[in-house]
Parts: sequence; C-alpha cells; structure tokens
Amino acid sequence: MRKYSVFAVAREALRGHKGWEPQWVSPEPRKEYDVIIVGGGGHGLGAAYYLAKEHGITNVAVIEKGWLGGGNTGRNTTIIRSNYLYDESMDIYEHSLKLWEGLSQELNYNVMYSPRGVMMLSHNIHDKQSFKRHIHANRLHGIDNEWLTPQQAKDFCPPLDISATARYPINGAALQRRGGTARHDAVAWGYARAASDRGVHIIQNCEVKGIRRGPNGEVTGVETSRGFIGAKKIAVSASGHNSVIMSMADVRVPLHSVPLQALVSEPMKPIFPCVVMSNTVHAYISQSDKGELVIGAGTDQYNSYSQTGGLQIITHTLDAICELFPMFRRVKMMRQWGGITDNTPDRSAIQGVTPVPNLFVNCGWGTGGFKATPGSAHLFAHLIAKGEPHKLASGLTLDRFRTGRLIDEAAAAAVAH
Amino acid sequence: MLLIYCPYCEEERSELEFRHGGDAHIARPTNIADITDEEFAEFFFLRDNPKGLIFERWRHIHGCGRFFNAARDTVSDKFYASYKAGEPKPDLSAVHPATEKTVETYEATEGTAK
Amino acid sequence: MSGANRIAGQGRLTPARTARFTFDGKSYEALEGDTVASALLANGVHLVGRSFKYHRPRGIVSAGPEEPNALIDVARDTARRQPNVRATVQEVFDGMKVTSQNRWPSLTFDVGGLNNLMSPFFAAGFYYKTFMWPKAAWEKVYEPVIRRAAGLGTAPTEEDPDHYANRYATCDVLVVGAGVAGLSAALSAAATGARVILCDEQPEVGGALHYDRSVTVDGKEGFVWAQEAAARLAAMDNVTVLSRTTAFGYYNHNFVGLVERVTDHVARPDRKAPRERLWQVRAKRVILATGAIERHMVFGNNDRPGIMLASAARTYLNHFGVAVGKKVAIYTANDSAYEAAFDLKRAGVQIAAIVDSRGKPGDAVLNEARSHGIEVLTGHSVVDTKGHRRVSAITVVRNGGGGKRSITVDALLTSAGWTPSVHLFSQSRGKVAYNAETGQFLPGTYAQDCLSVGACNGTIGLQATIEEALAAGELMARATGNDGGEKVELRGENAFEWTGGMAGAAEGAGADTNVKAFIDFQNDVCAKDIRLAVREGMHSIEHIKRFTTNGMATDQGKLSNLHGLAIAAETLGREIPKVGLTTFRAPYTPVTFGTIINHSRGDLFDPARKTPMHAWEAAHGAIFEDVGNWKRAWYYPRAGETMQEAVDRECRTVREVAGLFDASTLGKIEVVGPDAAEFLNLMYTNAWDTLKPGRCRYGIMLREDGFVYDDGVVGRIAEDRFHVTTTTGGAPRVMNHMEDYLQTEFPHLKVWLTSTTEQWAVIAVQGPKAREIIAPLVEGIDISNEAFPHMSVREGKICGVPTRLFRMSFTGEAGFEVNVPADYGQAVWEAIWARAEALGACAYGTETMHVLRAEKGYIIVGQDTDGTVTPFDAGLAWAVSKKKTDFVGIRGLKRPDLVKEGRKQLVGLRTKDPKLVLEEGAQIVADPNQPVPMKMLGHVTSAYWSENCGHSIAFALVEGGHSRTGQTLYVPMPDRTVAVEVTDMVFIDKEGVRLNG
Repeated sequence: MRKYSVFAVAREALRGHKGWEPQWVSPEPRKEYDVIIVGGGGHGLGAAYYLAKEHGITNVAVIEKGWLGGGNTGRNTTIIRSNYLYDESMDIYEHSLKLWEGLSQELNYNVMYSPRGVMMLSHNIHDKQSFKRHIHANRLHGIDNEWLTPQQAKDFCPPLDISATARYPINGAALQRRGGTARHDAVAWGYARAASDRGVHIIQNCEVKGIRRGPNGEVTGVETSRGFIGAKKIAVSASGHNSVIMSMADVRVPLHSVPLQALVSEPMKPIFPCVVMSNTVHAYISQSDKGELVIGAGTDQYNSYSQTGGLQIITHTLDAICELFPMFRRVKMMRQWGGITDNTPDRSAIQGVTPVPNLFVNCGWGTGGFKATPGSAHLFAHLIAKGEPHKLASGLTLDRFRTGRLIDEAAAAAVAH
Repeated sequence: MLLIYCPYCEEERSELEFRHGGDAHIARPTNIADITDEEFAEFFFLRDNPKGLIFERWRHIHGCGRFFNAARDTVSDKFYASYKAGEPKPDLSAVHPATEKTVETYEATEGTAK
Repeated sequence: MSGANRIAGQGRLTPARTARFTFDGKSYEALEGDTVASALLANGVHLVGRSFKYHRPRGIVSAGPEEPNALIDVARDTARRQPNVRATVQEVFDGMKVTSQNRWPSLTFDVGGLNNLMSPFFAAGFYYKTFMWPKAAWEKVYEPVIRRAAGLGTAPTEEDPDHYANRYATCDVLVVGAGVAGLSAALSAAATGARVILCDEQPEVGGALHYDRSVTVDGKEGFVWAQEAAARLAAMDNVTVLSRTTAFGYYNHNFVGLVERVTDHVARPDRKAPRERLWQVRAKRVILATGAIERHMVFGNNDRPGIMLASAARTYLNHFGVAVGKKVAIYTANDSAYEAAFDLKRAGVQIAAIVDSRGKPGDAVLNEARSHGIEVLTGHSVVDTKGHRRVSAITVVRNGGGGKRSITVDALLTSAGWTPSVHLFSQSRGKVAYNAETGQFLPGTYAQDCLSVGACNGTIGLQATIEEALAAGELMARATGNDGGEKVELRGENAFEWTGGMAGAAEGAGADTNVKAFIDFQNDVCAKDIRLAVREGMHSIEHIKRFTTNGMATDQGKLSNLHGLAIAAETLGREIPKVGLTTFRAPYTPVTFGTIINHSRGDLFDPARKTPMHAWEAAHGAIFEDVGNWKRAWYYPRAGETMQEAVDRECRTVREVAGLFDASTLGKIEVVGPDAAEFLNLMYTNAWDTLKPGRCRYGIMLREDGFVYDDGVVGRIAEDRFHVTTTTGGAPRVMNHMEDYLQTEFPHLKVWLTSTTEQWAVIAVQGPKAREIIAPLVEGIDISNEAFPHMSVREGKICGVPTRLFRMSFTGEAGFEVNVPADYGQAVWEAIWARAEALGACAYGTETMHVLRAEKGYIIVGQDTDGTVTPFDAGLAWAVSKKKTDFVGIRGLKRPDLVKEGRKQLVGLRTKDPKLVLEEGAQIVADPNQPVPMKMLGHVTSAYWSENCGHSIAFALVEGGHSRTGQTLYVPMPDRTVAVEVTDMVFIDKEGVRLNG
C-alpha cells in the first residue's frame, strides 16, 4: 500500500494524479475463507481489518450486496460520543472513542474525526437529574462529560436561544468535549483500504442468499449471487438487514427495522461550531465541513426497509431545530434521506455468539452505530477470532433477553413524571 | 406519510391519526405465569422483522380508538389488507407473492436500469 | 430601456414597469417580471458568483431551478435575508438588495481564487490523504481553514420575522408541471369533473413555451395558448391552479409536498400574507409533467461567465427580451440549440458559429442555419475558452485533430441534450429504465398511482406529447370515478423535431487529458475527477459521487449526474445502466425550514397544558416548571424569598397548618363496567376485587417485562366504577396500555375506559387543618375521621358543585383531594383558599410536594424508579399480590435477572454532614479511593433539604440496598467525597399518626 501523505499528494499533483492505486482490490472470491463477514459497512470492514492486524487472520472476505459503506455507515449524521450511562455502554463507546482519536493515523486515511464537542440540552428538572446522573457516572468511569449553565451553553454554541420565554427553555447542558463528528464514507474506505492491504478480500455487489450448514448445524459457507463461498466462520454485521440474514440460518433475533431520517441544509459559511442534541424536543444538529447543517431526526413508527419515510417525521425535527435556533428558519433543506436501523428492545446492541456454531452476530446498534464503529469492529474481531466475547462486550449477548439483564439506556432516561 | 384504511371507520385516513402497535397475531399466553424463560423471551422479544409482508397492529388513536390489524409490505410500504382485531390472518398468497429470503442490491432498490 | 442588452420588441415584459435593485451595492434597473438573472444580463452583468472549491469566476448557466452557479444572497432587510438563492428563479422586486457569495474581499478580486492556482493539489478526495499530521492539527488548524473556505452563503443571524402557512389538500388528480403536457393533462382530467390540482414552479405557466416560440397550439402562439388554458382551468370550480409552486417531494401513498412562494416577488408584501405556503396534497392519482433539463457540454474551461445553456439564452431573449451577448457561438451535440441561434439571429445578434460535435446534425436545422447564413462547423468541438470575467474567445478544432481556430465571442451557448426530470417519479420509488437509443433514463416500473407524460417520459414531438397527456389526464380522472364531460382535443405544431444528444466528456476532455472540463460547476467537479475516482477503486456510482462530491451541491446534480455517470461508465468500460444512478431524494429544489414547520413555532410548537387554576397561581406569584407538556406551579416565593426559603416555608406550613396544592395534572381514567375489578386485577399488581366501594388503594402497574410502569391511587366509586389516577407524565401511555390489553388481550371483559384527566380539577388540601378548611364547604359527606378514614372516596358537593372527594395523602399529613368538574376548579380553589388563608395555610408547589412526600418515604415513579426497577426493588413488595394467578408483568418479574441477589434497590440516605444536600444523579460507591473506573453501586434519585427534619434527606437506588441499612457509603463529587448512611425511606412520622389524624 502506497502511504498517503502531503508529499504523495504533491508528487501526484505534478503528474496529473495518474499514479494513485485503487484504494482496495476486489478479487474474484476464493472457494473458501477462514472468515466471511457479511456486510461491508464500517463495522464489518473494521472487523476484517482488526482480524488481520491483531489476530493474524487474513483469509477473510467481506461480502457486501451493494457498495461499501452504502448502508447506515453512509447515511448517518456522524455523531461520536461516549457519555452513556451504564457500564456496558460506557465501556464499548469509550473504547470506540479512544480508537476514533487515533484512527486517521492508524489507517493512514483522514477520517476527519473532529472533537468539536457534543452538547446535550437540558430543558427541565427531569432532564437535569438524568444528565447529572450521566455526568457523575461518566466521571467515575473516566469519561469526560461536564455540566454547563445556560450561558456557558450559549457561549459554546452562539446560535442557541437560551431565553426563558422559549417554549422549552434551557436550564443547562451536558457537554462531552471529546465528542464530535467524523467523515462517514472515509471510515468505510479507510478500513477497506487498510484491510485490503493486509490481504482481506473486499467483494461488492455480492448478495448473500443463504447460509449453508454442516452435519452438526455449524455454518459452512454462504450462497451468494456469485455462487457458493465456503467459510469456517461467518460473522454477520449487516445493519438494517440482520434479521433477514440471520433468518437464513433460522436464527431469530429481537430486532425491528425502522427508517431513521436525516436531512442536510444548503451549505453555508461556518455558523455552528459543535454538535447539539436535545432529547426532549428530539433533534440533533451539527455543521459539516462542507457547510451543510446536518440534522437528524426521528424514526418512522412502523417496520420498513424502504430507506424513505414520511414528511411528518422531518417536519417534527425541524420544528424542534427552529425552536432551539430561530435564526435557522430561513435556511433551506437541501436533501433528506433515510437509513434502516435495527433496534433491539433495550436499544443496546447485540454482539455475540448465536445458537448456530461458528455463526456470530453484530447487530441492533439502532441509531448509535456510527459512533461505535471502531470499538464494535475491534471487539467483534476478538469475538470472531476467539469464539467468545471480549470482556468489554460481554454484556451485549443475545441471552440477556432471556435473563432480563437488559442494558436499557432509554428506560434509564425514563420520562417526565 | 401512509394512507391507512381503518376497518372500523371503513375509510382511508392519514397516518397522523394512527399509532403503530407492533406485530399482530402474537397472543399473550393464557398460562403466562407458567411459561419458561425461553418461552417468555420468544413471546415478548423475538420477532420475524420480515423484509416483505408483515402483519402488524395499528390503533386509530385519533379516530375511533380501535386496534386493528393490517398486512403491509415492508419494502414498498403498500398495504395488502386491513381487518378487525380478532379476525384471522387473511390468505394473501394470491395478491402478494411469497417473500423470498433475498436481499435486493442497493443498485436495484435505487434504480439501476433493467 | 432597462439595461443595455434589452432588445426592443423582444420578450413579454412591459417596458414601462420598472423596478430598481442593487447588486453588490450598485444600483440596477429591471422590469417587473424579471428574474435577478435576466435583469443582470440585461445590464451586461455576467460575473455573479464564485465556485465552491476553486473560487473560479462564474456566471449564469441556466434560466431555471437547475442553476448551479448563480447563487446570490437576497435581502429585504437585515432579518429578511436569504442566502443561496438561485438568481434564475428569484424575481426582482423594487428595493431588493442582492449580494454575491463566496468571495473575499470582492467578487471581481477574490483571494480564494488562489485555490484555482493550487488546484492540482486539490484533486478529488485529496483531503483523505493528508492533514493527518500532527494528530491534533486536524481539528485545530486544517479543519477550520477548510470550513471557512467551504460553504456558500452566510447563514441568517436574526430570527426570521416572516411567517409561513400550511394547507392540507386532497384531489383526484394532481398534475405537476404546467407546460404543454401538464396543461393538456389537466384540461382533459378537469373536463371529466375530477378535482384537479395543477402546480408549476414558475410565475407563469407554459414551461418550455417560455422560450420555444416556434410552437403553436390550436393555432395560437404556445405561450399565449398556455396562459389562456390556465385561465380556463382556474375558472373551473373543480380545479386549483398554483403557480410559483414547486412539487418538492413525492412520499408514500401519493402524498406530495408542494411549496408555494407567496410574497418573495412582491416589493411591499401584505404583512399578513405568509412568505411561503406548504401544501400537503394527498392525490388519488398523480400526473408528472415535469419536462426535461438541458445539459451543458463538457470541455476545457467550460465554466466561464457568458457560457450558458442554449435554451436559457432563448428564454432570456424570447421571454425577457434580453440578448445574452452581441457575438454568440453555439456548441452543441443536438438540434435544439440551433433554434437559439435562429432566434438570436432574428433579433439582430451576430452568430459567430454553430459548432456541432456531430458529423451529421438533423437536416432541417442544418438547412435552416444555412438559410440564415450561419456558419455551421459539423464534426467540430470547442476545446478551450478564454476570458477572465467573461468568455472572450473559444478554441475550435476538428474532431480527430486539425482545423484549430480561435473565434472571438462574448457568449457561448451549449447543449449536450436533454435529461428527463424523473426526480419525482424516482422519489415515488418508481424504477427508471435506460433507453440506449436516446441515452435517457426514463420512467420504467411504477410504484404508485401515477403516470409521467411529455418530456419527462421521453416523449418526442409536440403532438405526441399533447396526445399522451390528454389520454393520461382522462385515464387518471376516470380511474377516480369521474366520467363526465367531453373529450378534449388539441392540435400543436412546432418548427423542428429535435434529435441528437450526448453525455460525458466532449472532444478534447477525454481520458488522456488533464483539462478542467466541469461537469458539476458548483462543486468544481471535472471529468478528470471522475476518472481519478475510478482509478482509486471507486467503481460504484455512489462511491464516485461521494468521493468527488459530484451532484452533491445545491442543484443536486441536475446538470451533472448524467455526465458523471457517462464518464464513469466509459472509464470503467461498462454500459451506463450497469453503473447505475444515484438516488433521487427529496426535495427537488431546496425548501425553507420555516415553510416545512410553518405554524409550529413558539406557543404552537408544542402547546403547553395549563390547569384550571393556572391563572390564580400565576397571579399569586407562582414560578412554574415544565412537566411533560404541563406548566405546574413549582413554588410560590414571597417578596425577597429565595427558592429554598419559599420551599422551607411551604414545607413547614403544610406540616404545621395546611397547604393547598394543584394536583389537576394527575392522569385520570374512568374504568367502568361489570368486569372493571377483574380488568384492574389484570392491569395492576394489587387485588381490586377486595376493594370496597368508597375506598381507595395505591396501585402499581407493570409492563409485561416486570418493570414498574406507573402508579397511582385508585378509588372504587361503585361496584362497577373505578376512578383511576396515574402519574402526570404517564397519563396518555397508561390509557393506551390499558386500551391495548382491553381490546386485544382481554376483549371478553365488559369494561369501558374514558380518559378524564381534563374533566376534573384536583385540589389537594393537606395538613392538620385540612379538615377544618374544607368542612364548611362540603355538603352531603360526613368527613369525620371515623366516617371518612384515610384512603376513602365519597361523592357529594363542595361549594355547591359536584365533587369526588378523596381522603388521601401524598404528604403524610391528613389530607383530602377535592375533584370537581374542571370548569369549577378555580372558583372552588378560591373558596377553599379563602378559608385556608384565614387559618394560616399556604399554597404550595411541586417542589414542596416533592420534599414532603420524600420525608414520608413516598416514591415518584419516573424519578426514583426508571424503566429498570421492579416493585421489589422499589420496596413495594406489599403491593404485589401473591394470590393472583395473572396480571401484566407476573411472568416478567420471575426472570432470572429480576430475582437475583444484588439488584439495585431503593433506600434512604442521610449525609453524615446533616446540612449537606446531595446532588440528584450523583453516583454512590463503597470505596471512594478506588481507581477509575470505579465500581458504582447506584445513584441518588431524590435529594432535598428537609426543613421539617432539620437535615437533608435522600433516596437512592443501591445494589443490594435493602440489606445495607446502617452501612456507610460514599458519594464522590468533583470537589469532595460525601459520606452517607443507608437508612430506610421514612424520615418523618414512621407510625403514620399524622396521616390518620
């Protein structure tokens, strides 16, 4: 792999950029691999990379039905933070955040991780109680998260309306300064390039149509649109379609897939310095390096694989954004879209073994999958290599729905009483 | 925004009047206190999440208030049936082809020429 | 004349009606009906903006919504300022201030233009390969620079004073686009009696008839016919014609979003009129007549001001009366551009040459060109242009080499062919199909009840378009049950049938070249960038788009997508359809946030709920807190009191005298029917069949998974009637939860549920003098302690109005909750208050309520519990029936993790320093000196200063808490560690003497 650097760019600039190599190679599939990863998003590509780099397992294929990063990796609002409540969540998201901090250098690919701060707005006493609970838990866990007064919040994000007459006035905010954003496509491409460099096969436009099983029920390979490909282990990480893939091995997972919508405004000069989220009015916003306001949005209420959604969902989001930032009412929406999120009953991910030997699953990241990408990928690689979860991911097992040991971040937030 | 037929009001109304209620035809076990942990997890948590035809519950919450069931394709979001709670699952094999366990490529869903 | 380039006798504007506007501070004259673009061109201004990345000088490319370059800032005043407006769409009004964007210090001298010199370094995706060292520099150094350079206009910084409107509409047939096709379809649909909505984004109907003067319909000039047809339609009762109205989004089940621009073109708008109006249309059928968009030619330096689309030049001439140059060349790959030359020539403009990349253009246009004496260079291409702020010359070569010559021009019109506007069709999730013969993506498989007609359907020829549209209009109308009227017939004629077209790079910009041949003007994407993306392994069109940013600008690739695709296909050696299209997403053109949200702002964003006593509370100085949608009185400070002082006083007064509290926000559900008790047995953990009429009981409701969902006191009014109360925030979901089970799991039970939250005003009178306060006001109820003990309910009258009077307490004091019909709430409150005040009682708010209940050990579901707490965890085991064989949650409660040791349980806490109040949300540990990450045992759920106890009190959820009584635990705060002792949860009157007094 030719190293990327400012010198490489300069050299290529002088010869019309004719010397760049493909970032990853797409060979014909082998007959069999040690590991097949189903799903060429950030999690799957990252897992392939860490399998090769940290576990020495390089006879690996990532199989993607469409294009790399074409699922939720390329459709999200790129928010990164780790200020969750429960140990299980803090462990995995903080592990991920630490990897984010060095990911550009690790991959020799600028993923544009930008710790511009994620600020979560508190609008009432209940919010404040909940955020304080997070802040204290985070501090004792070694994660930065601090309480801001309304004025401090406005200083950090000048467009914010902190007037007491607002319908949902702001009584403070929780700020994680290390939180921020990254360039979503670059994450998929960076992992693909680095994995490919270590020998991983990246196979796009290859749809998995079935999972073949051996005499003891163990997996032996996948039926695909390009024929059968053998595998000693299969790891499924196909956000949005995990239920479909897992059903091919007759495994039911507690998921429902719903469209999560997002939108961007027209590009404008820098106006919005950080990420702001409000759970009470339900909206989140940041500004991309191109200048677009990136705004996320709600999920449609029904199961759907359609990557579209109703106008009323983004309407409600924009209601909230314009209430928090009245100056944005004249701004224009340039594009709206949807991604399909897999949601578990406790809104926490499932990563672990399955009832089928040598079949592993990584799913249910809901609306939080992007920020988890490096951490999830890293721990998923451990699971695939060792056959058992890394201790940081040991709470994410499928079995918790039987025992009741849920990791219910949403329930912990409860509701106003 | 979907257009949903309420079998009680006998008319199509905007989705804004309805609340989705999860999968249909999942009966609460009458002996629920006696079922195993596995059975409980199955009843309460596990769902097919089909890509294709789904039988689901809706409540006409800002209308007649009634719960009813509908059959919808989760790829096209097209409704195939809408029927009162308690009625059996309709046989839709004639109007809706059986769901294949296949996944369309993104190109296919996003408009590659045929 | 308004502008030197306005040609007398040309165009449809009225010369006498002028308007003045400024552009970058300089004043210009325009005509009413001008767009900013046409007015600037009339005044000879071609340089109007700078591109996104290289800051190259840019002019006006189009005459419509597809404009990629001419983006301007339009202001009425400082608050009514709009960035990124397309000059080709914005109509001029008198007094408007227009400013160019993305340049510094000025449009003509832009420092950012240096980027153009550095452009070899700024190839597509270069930023992924560098800016990584040193590690911290991305966010601190590189990114801020990139962000400042990027972006286009500047965001508004003041709150928008304009308002916006919304209208829901239904119709039989919605016709999108009012060109020949749309008008024809609307005429035939309307003739059947169908309810028709016809919308068009332009101020006037006509579509391509704006520029195509060779068309006649029914013997009239096309544009004239169109206005008459629209007037005829508008006069029909069953038709709504909307101009300046863009269909921007095609959603599920024929739901189409339209945005109508109401006042942005008016100099002095009626302030009552909305700026824009959102139309949310549910159509039984939709007809898409959205036309086609002309593509530019892709060749070296094809982006200079003065280079524009051929059809745009025709629009400026034929509609606005403006010549875009004095010496104009045409560079085309299809016949339609010839007509621009003919029109301009007739208007007296010199045509330098028509350069046609094809060897063999259509005979008709070729002959016509020759008859005009225009030089036509077939089989030639323009490979370069000159001119800084405006094109001054073009370089022409013969295809394959040779014949190089330079031609002096001041404008160049290009046309590579027509791209059908399948945006809305595609948004409707229809699948497009590639027509290799015409090189067009056309509607293939339909997903919804719609039809495409005319140019957006690839239909060629005027009469064919008309006939297709007439048939579609009638078909769709009849499909909605309208079968009246006579068949509409129309006859159209035009001068030429158009053939030809190409996509991708033209001669001289091919794979072996390194010229800047722009495909996406706004984002500065060149043909070579597409090739670079492919070289780097980006083989999916989505990857190519994202790597190069092709099609990601505000025009969303209306000009560039097909070019990018063609170049990618060529580079990959695949056919175009094998490479695939990127997804068309809403909106078709950008839509104002304010329009989408329209009325939903301020008070209407999420209407606040107020209790019947709200006005009294406000008048008596209450400070309110938001609880869900409710405004609740939080505390009542007297002059000079801090919140703590007010709460301390209220707490003392209630325990010493009495207090009045507005409890109206509690959810209330009337559960009625012969099976009501059995139903409640299933919904709550407690037993209800044993509750006697006239008595109340505290109930716990679980979800099926065994966790506490809600709680509240339930009174049995009669054998078959219960008055259920819920938490304030829980009211709607508890009602839903009950309805769900009643309708779907227990439909055999004869029970009716009615939400009565708003029907009852609830006045809690609590404290030693509570009985004395209400006694004289109550009629027909013996409220003595013996006749009306704690946890009783009676119906009677108070102050002459009906009441359900509860003897209950959430303070630990003897107390009553007076339920009266909401309309009487304030009057009854005032009557009680008159007595209370005289006896020395106070009104108290939610903060005092919280303190008093905590002193007594009462929990608040949602604060002391979250969605992970069982009734056993909460110390409410006594409320879970052991006899019942079924209730919701019975099985969930028995799951392994819910019955295991060491669960978090609710306990009381006392700080070793009695004055110190814990912070709610603070975490608890056993060993404060352990290293981070610490093992946390739980957290503080409630914490108050208790004036009545003389020390602080708190509740906490703590692992194994019930067996830790007496233990010392620690709460590590940033500045100190607080030692606490685990206690039980009742801090006052453990025996309940006061309660029963």
